[in-house]
Amino acid sequence: MAATQEEIVAGLAEIVNEIAGIPVEDVEVDKSFTDDLDVDSLSMVEVVVAAEERFDVKIPDEDVKALRTVGDAADYIAKHQA
Amino acid sequence: MSQTNRTVVVTGIGATTPLGGDSASTWEGLLAGRSGVRPLEGERFADLPVRIAAQAAVDPGEVLPRPLARKLDRSAQFALIAAKEAWADAGYTAAAGEDASVEPERLGTVIASGIGGVTTLLDQYDVLKEKGVRRVSPHTVPMLMPNSPSANVGLEVNARAGVHTPVSACASGAEAIGYAVEMIRTGRADVVVAGGTEAAIHPLPIAAFANMMAMSKNNDEPTKASRPYDKNRDGFVLGEGAGVIVLESAEHAAKRGARVYCEVLGQGLSADSHHIAQPEPTGRGVAAAVQNLLDNTGLKPSEVVHLNAHATSTPQGDSAEIMALRKVLGDDLDHVAVSATKSMTGHLLGGAGGIESVATVLALYHRLAPPTINIDELDEGIDADIVTGEPRKLPEGTIAAINNSFGFGGHNVTLAFRSV
Repeated sequence: MAATQEEIVAGLAEIVNEIAGIPVEDVEVDKSFTDDLDVDSLSMVEVVVAAEERFDVKIPDEDVKALRTVGDAADYIAKHQA
Repeated sequence: MSQTNRTVVVTGIGATTPLGGDSASTWEGLLAGRSGVRPLEGERFADLPVRIAAQAAVDPGEVLPRPLARKLDRSAQFALIAAKEAWADAGYTAAAGEDASVEPERLGTVIASGIGGVTTLLDQYDVLKEKGVRRVSPHTVPMLMPNSPSANVGLEVNARAGVHTPVSACASGAEAIGYAVEMIRTGRADVVVAGGTEAAIHPLPIAAFANMMAMSKNNDEPTKASRPYDKNRDGFVLGEGAGVIVLESAEHAAKRGARVYCEVLGQGLSADSHHIAQPEPTGRGVAAAVQNLLDNTGLKPSEVVHLNAHATSTPQGDSAEIMALRKVLGDDLDHVAVSATKSMTGHLLGGAGGIESVATVLALYHRLAPPTINIDELDEGIDADIVTGEPRKLPEGTIAAINNSFGFGGHNVTLAFRSV
């Protein structure tokens, strides 16, 4: 069953917490991965791979650049999840 | 303006070793004659001929913040912990620039490792095979590259004069400190954070070293396995950790009123050109390095009161080193208190020159030479004053010490330190 937008944001928050150490409550839809959440380009690849596993989606490398904020990623995942 | 005669001093020390998570606990363990060697638990070690090692007393993953630790190979984790201790111990309160007493452009790092991020490489290969291409960490390359510890320490302290990593197997850590001295002497830097680190306790390196017949197989008595100079020594015990010192031009240290542990006189270097992994049996290369040290630094054999020997507990190497020293120092070797601290820490490979420099600096500073443990019967060829039992009090007045490190490939590096 597809995850809801809320579940996706909560899941991304756990992933970002694991990778960058940012408290889950600070991972909000309008936050930028690189500017606000201490996720550099290498760590972003980890976030993407963890999200792919968790939500059963494929996020091709060429689409990753467009995922600037947590909201961008959540929308992408909601749209593409199996 | 010639900068070649600049005096270089040690102003900070840091370590994380099989004996303790910092330099103070390591030093305490060395003076107490405590062994850091333990059995290797876990199924992945069960089939190995060698199932003992000197594992770090404090797991580095528990010291560093998790988001940082997961992006660093264990060797870089050790280096960063030791470097942070040394940096604070030198009296610096923040990274260069933020701490106004040192300019980033005048600060360098030289941290070496013999093997580099070997556990990262092997673990990621397991990930590739078991979980597929997509799961290989994007941090793999910056984690496994051997310059990673130096680069990460450089980022921590904001070093911009240069970040370097000499690689010469088990001589790497000592070569790093020698390189750091040269950076200051030639005027490239005023302050350099230098040392060695290693984290290679993994079944593959152990299998490989064991198949070279280089390691002790004394699995039944781990704490007795590393026994330099003992008649029944049967090879080295692998250790892990890091030792780092802060080197500084004497003027720079004086200007900011820093506490000075001792002076670093410089290095002596040579190569055996004998065999890729066997020590040259007469100690010819070692003697050349020590002679080179005396010639380079003006150190007089009469000043030398302490040696932190390379002495890894291999049958050939320990004897050749003592023969070489006898040849160069002559009767002056009689007043040298010899310590083989690998009897307690195991052999940290590229980290050895780092932690043994820390031990040598502390020996001069406290005027105490640590004991060598596990000598039940001194081997016949060992014609030197090996400290056993209690630590040995070193004389008052100006005294000097030598720290030797040699590596596979025939590298011989020797460093000299003098009290202030």
